[in-house]
Amino acid sequence: MAWNRKVLRVNLTNGTCNAEPLNMEWANDYLGSRGLGTKYLFEEIDPKVDPLSPDNKLIMATGPLTGTMASTGGRYTVITKGPLTGAIACSNSGGYFGAELKFAGWDMIIFEGKSAKPVYLYVENDKAELRDASHLWGKTCWETEDLIKESHQDPQIRIASIGRSGENQVMFACIVNDLHRAAGRSGVGAVMGSKNLKAVALRGTVGVSGIKDFAAFLKASNDAKKVLKENAVTGQGLPTYGTQVLMNVINEVGALPTRNHLDVQFEDASKISAEAMHEVRESDGKKHLLTNAACFGCTIACGRISKIDQNHFTVVNSPKYWGASGGLEYEAAWALGAANGVGDLEALQYANMLCNEDGYDPITFGATVGAVMELYEMGVLTKEQIGIEAPFGSAKALAFLAELTSRGEGFGKEVGLGSKRLCEKYGHPELSMSVKGQEFPAYDGRGIQGIGLNYATSNRGACHVRGYTVASEVLGIPVKTEPTATEGKPELVKAFQDATTIFDSAGICLFTSFAWTLADVQPQLQAACEGDWSMEKLNLVGERIWNLEREFNLAAGFTRKDDDLPPRLKNEPCKTGPAKGVVSHVEEMLPEYYKVRGWDSEGVPTAQTRTRLGL
Amino acid sequence: MLKSLHLDPLKCTGCLQCEMACSYEKTGVVNPAKSRIKIFNFEAEGRKVPYTCTQCAEAWCMAACPVEAIKLDKGTGAKVVLEDTCVGCKVCTIACPFGTVNYMADVGKVQKCDLCGGDPACAKACPTGAITYIDADWTGLDKMRAWAEKANAAAL
Repeated sequence: MAWNRKVLRVNLTNGTCNAEPLNMEWANDYLGSRGLGTKYLFEEIDPKVDPLSPDNKLIMATGPLTGTMASTGGRYTVITKGPLTGAIACSNSGGYFGAELKFAGWDMIIFEGKSAKPVYLYVENDKAELRDASHLWGKTCWETEDLIKESHQDPQIRIASIGRSGENQVMFACIVNDLHRAAGRSGVGAVMGSKNLKAVALRGTVGVSGIKDFAAFLKASNDAKKVLKENAVTGQGLPTYGTQVLMNVINEVGALPTRNHLDVQFEDASKISAEAMHEVRESDGKKHLLTNAACFGCTIACGRISKIDQNHFTVVNSPKYWGASGGLEYEAAWALGAANGVGDLEALQYANMLCNEDGYDPITFGATVGAVMELYEMGVLTKEQIGIEAPFGSAKALAFLAELTSRGEGFGKEVGLGSKRLCEKYGHPELSMSVKGQEFPAYDGRGIQGIGLNYATSNRGACHVRGYTVASEVLGIPVKTEPTATEGKPELVKAFQDATTIFDSAGICLFTSFAWTLADVQPQLQAACEGDWSMEKLNLVGERIWNLEREFNLAAGFTRKDDDLPPRLKNEPCKTGPAKGVVSHVEEMLPEYYKVRGWDSEGVPTAQTRTRLGL
Repeated sequence: MLKSLHLDPLKCTGCLQCEMACSYEKTGVVNPAKSRIKIFNFEAEGRKVPYTCTQCAEAWCMAACPVEAIKLDKGTGAKVVLEDTCVGCKVCTIACPFGTVNYMADVGKVQKCDLCGGDPACAKACPTGAITYIDADWTGLDKMRAWAEKANAAAL
């Protein structure tokens, strides 16, 4: 039993913290973290609930491998109904926070209701209490971590918090832990803010003792670590270059969305790439990248730690940004850069630091700025409205809008709506590059057809880490498929989507799947957890979790028409690159995808599928 | 040959596999809070630094102990806490200049690195070579090699 079998239920309305046993029947059906948290949410809330109302709940969940020696075993997931999308939100983070929750003796925390005044949750092993956070309200995530550690006189506390954006209900606010890791997408931080919950502070000294067969587990996890070490991507590419290794690769494929998806190749991609981060800067003779870093338990260590150029216009008068900080990762570099046409690496690092400092998702933020810039170039938005000239490529406008979004002032309030609401407000809904209200990440669904289908069908809105078919379509993992082909893609998307739920639900990082298949995860789960965790079972559980998320969205009111891409991707062909002339064929692939999934023509799981999956 | 733990901060990524391995080896529970090696994260410089007992030749903890609960393991050179003898007076924690002997309130004893009897779990668990267990007389060998390489390159 790698689970602690213990759930902490925090009722913010009543101010109570109670322990209850983990539902082991559900754990057996949904494994942990993402899957198990989704089961709890599905059973406990009405999917039609207003995401920012007290009736929504927010769950922080670990997996059975969280806090074990399994490589990357430090992940936790935030599960709630997302305000950005109105769909199930499921945001995963690394750092040290997840493992600490496990070491404190818990599997998950369920937050319900709403506190009358700002509070933070302090957990010290089995002791849990809500404390006044009025002195923390209005502070950034970085300040909040410092203040909590100081007031408890305990530097070993691990903290997840919201910044001002979560308080201000920025629709894409994150929950930031350990300064620069985040449960990033779908606005989970706004839900936390709506509950007047500023932070969760953990100190766990009980540890994880329930691994079923430790000797077998150690062997399985060591074997799997060896696979990571010997793999070119996880053993060399990611530690050396981070996810940023993709910038030039995806640009060459012609699938790097540029200037709000008007283009698919960015002329300055090399300037914001991993390679650029390794180069000595002319201005100060130093490299942007300082070192790589690991999250808890991770033997890959893909994280980037960088120092911004102190002479750059964004920080020349702000020494507080001169220290080392997280980033840039590929998604942030793309969203803050190519998506707006900004090729200034230091400006991207600055905006990324603001995202970490005040807790908002750089993907949605950057993509929204991209939409603002297009609206500005069209003359729909003016300099007076925005507060600055905002043509594509303006690093000044990017920095300015990040500052306003952090503070929740001026046009930053509009940006805080996300691109869907903003574009609708200004009369151009078609310019929001999103699915179910959530913006695309850094791969174009035209040049890479499978990822487009994955975006359209992803349960939390557009997202690459629901079903990363790019691995197959571009990198050839586990087998190479042709990126612009549609044949076989529905099956490919389903396979990636289902397998991904297992990585997420186990409590490990999806990036292991560059080297691992489920066959590498299975022996670790089997040794750690009670019960049968065979490949057959994992395949079934993976599909079950995906379908449960789908059921949540259907009950929330989503229909077939929401499984779609914006008109630009279906009507405007790629202008350059290997996919020149190609549009997304999502509408052709979708019916086949439904069929492969065992859903009817409206995208609803058939009775037979429900029975097969035990839903 | 005596061996010594060798810690290289430049190779440390902060994954804490060492803390997990140490705590499991000593307590049977994966619990970094009980680890005898700690990783310190200096955020502003982006540096992670492992730190543990250096096994001083003239060990102040051992000299300070009033009940002779810290003994030299002649095979490894480690200064080992005899738990049955330790009375939890904490004098050794004051005597140690480096803070690497610590009191554990739940057991009422002190704990420190004992080199796992000559097969340290932390070094085995470290994925990057930041923690190695090497010839105690030649802990400077890697640094010497690096400088030799530099000098040699300059001469070419």
